[in-house]
Amino acid sequence: MAVARPTCVRPYAGSAHSYLRTVKFAEITHLVRLEVALDLRQRATWAGMLLYVVSAVYVCFLAVKSGLGTATWNALFWIILLFAAFNALARSFQREDGGRQLYLYTLVDPRSVILARAFYNAVTMVVLSLLSLAVYLLLLGSSNLDNADMGQFLFAVVLGGIGFASVLTLISAIAARAGNGIGLMAILGFPLVLPLLLLVMRASKLALDGVAWSVISTYFGGIVLLDLITITLAWILFPYLWRD
Amino acid sequence: MKYWWKFLGIGLLLFASIAALRTPLSPALVHVSPDRVAPGPAVVEVLGYNTNFQKGSTVGYLENAGQRVCGSAEVIDATHLRLTLEVPAGMKDHLTTVGIDQLRYDGALFTEGLGSGIESGACGPGVNKIDLSGVAFTFPNRSILYESIRNLHFHVPMWFAMIFLMGISVVYSIRTLGSNSLEHDRASVSAAQVGLVFCALGLITGAVWARATWGAFWTNDVKLNGAAVTGLIYLAYLVLRGSVQDAHKRARLAGIYNIFAFVLLVLFLFVVPRLNAIDSLHPGNGGNGGFSDLDLDNRLRAIFYPAVLGWILLGVWMFTLKNRASKLNDQLDR
Repeated sequence: MAVARPTCVRPYAGSAHSYLRTVKFAEITHLVRLEVALDLRQRATWAGMLLYVVSAVYVCFLAVKSGLGTATWNALFWIILLFAAFNALARSFQREDGGRQLYLYTLVDPRSVILARAFYNAVTMVVLSLLSLAVYLLLLGSSNLDNADMGQFLFAVVLGGIGFASVLTLISAIAARAGNGIGLMAILGFPLVLPLLLLVMRASKLALDGVAWSVISTYFGGIVLLDLITITLAWILFPYLWRD
Repeated sequence: MKYWWKFLGIGLLLFASIAALRTPLSPALVHVSPDRVAPGPAVVEVLGYNTNFQKGSTVGYLENAGQRVCGSAEVIDATHLRLTLEVPAGMKDHLTTVGIDQLRYDGALFTEGLGSGIESGACGPGVNKIDLSGVAFTFPNRSILYESIRNLHFHVPMWFAMIFLMGISVVYSIRTLGSNSLEHDRASVSAAQVGLVFCALGLITGAVWARATWGAFWTNDVKLNGAAVTGLIYLAYLVLRGSVQDAHKRARLAGIYNIFAFVLLVLFLFVVPRLNAIDSLHPGNGGNGGFSDLDLDNRLRAIFYPAVLGWILLGVWMFTLKNRASKLNDQLDR
């Protein structure tokens, strides 16, 4: 672990060029490795997430069988992914009971914690999105991908996963601190995820229709911009959340 | 005088509301029947709104591709008129405009076959025969909108006031994080609560108006989605506050959520619609007339801007009252 330092009280202190220096990559790497180690130790977490997705897709399969139009196919996929994201990311700060939080608090900068958690959540969501897509294609058929530009579509899926992670990480932290887990997270998160969801659904629909990169790149740019803004906000606000 | 802005707000609100409700619409032709004609003799019934057709001095004509044909106008009363004329053969455009004196109904009549143009006769409008002396200050009279154009001075300022109050709320949230003060937190929640009242008012006035103009209380429109998300975000903010017991922790969590949500809300309301290139059904969007073409001589603006300022000042006044009331409530509870 990195050297213990006094916890940050005023995140804005320091001159402008010190912003980059305040991103402590060594700490972040340590924290990400800690997350990986913890998840490897508790494999049931990942199994639970996967089972959730498989069950959701199977319910959809039973409900609609096959023969969905492209628009409905696309919408259904993103709705499944949205709920999977809420389910997967809600547990992201659940582990932090009093003792562990205090321990981390004395060791590292809170901003490293949120960045590490956001990064790990983004990786989780990308893996989960791609696995969901595989299960979805297997059960609901891939005839809607006939005209699709697969590169664009996969890129939209990956960007969507990263986007969910970046918006919901801070929300999950707030919900966990309020001591009211996944119920509160859904209430707080749904309205905030909507801008991203609209953009990413539109982008993936365009990818399914196989449009040119010049058309779709505006949406990709918008999603990346949204991700950057939410991550920056989380980076600024999280230290206040941690202070008690 | 310390509270001058309250008097200013009430004055502006009274002026804007009375003017918005009392100003008549400008005269216009609102209905023509039948809506399609063929060459040959035809009788066209014209319905005016706020018009003053006068027997013996009214001129009626058809206009197709810039060429006019006169008819004889038989005035029934101030708003009803029967135009008898010979529809010429060989019209260049499918759509023909009906004109009565200075008033025009563009594309009122449809004709099936096309020709190479018609002989033009010299006729109307010669002089302005509509009496505008009593109705000098009027609102534009546009199809679909008609009298509902008055809602501009109520519905839209309510949203402006709401955004303003949510802005106050977020500023106090930022100050809460800086100062850890429960006073700032109280101000923040008071502003959000009053803002939600304006959100509800905006939704109700909008829904009634939408029923009249679009035929449905709710449609899948960008602005409506934005309104729904705004309402959900601030209701969630209140739920979050309700689920934390410790006052200082509540202040901090709610402040963080408020700032995060407000930034995303601004993105959702002002950036995503442009990126998505989705047009709204609202006047002023997606080819629907707005200030720039409905209101050529700024008559709407003269009422609209005072209304915006008036509603915002009323909102701020309500916020200060609410803030003081909840402060007293807290002291009584203790």
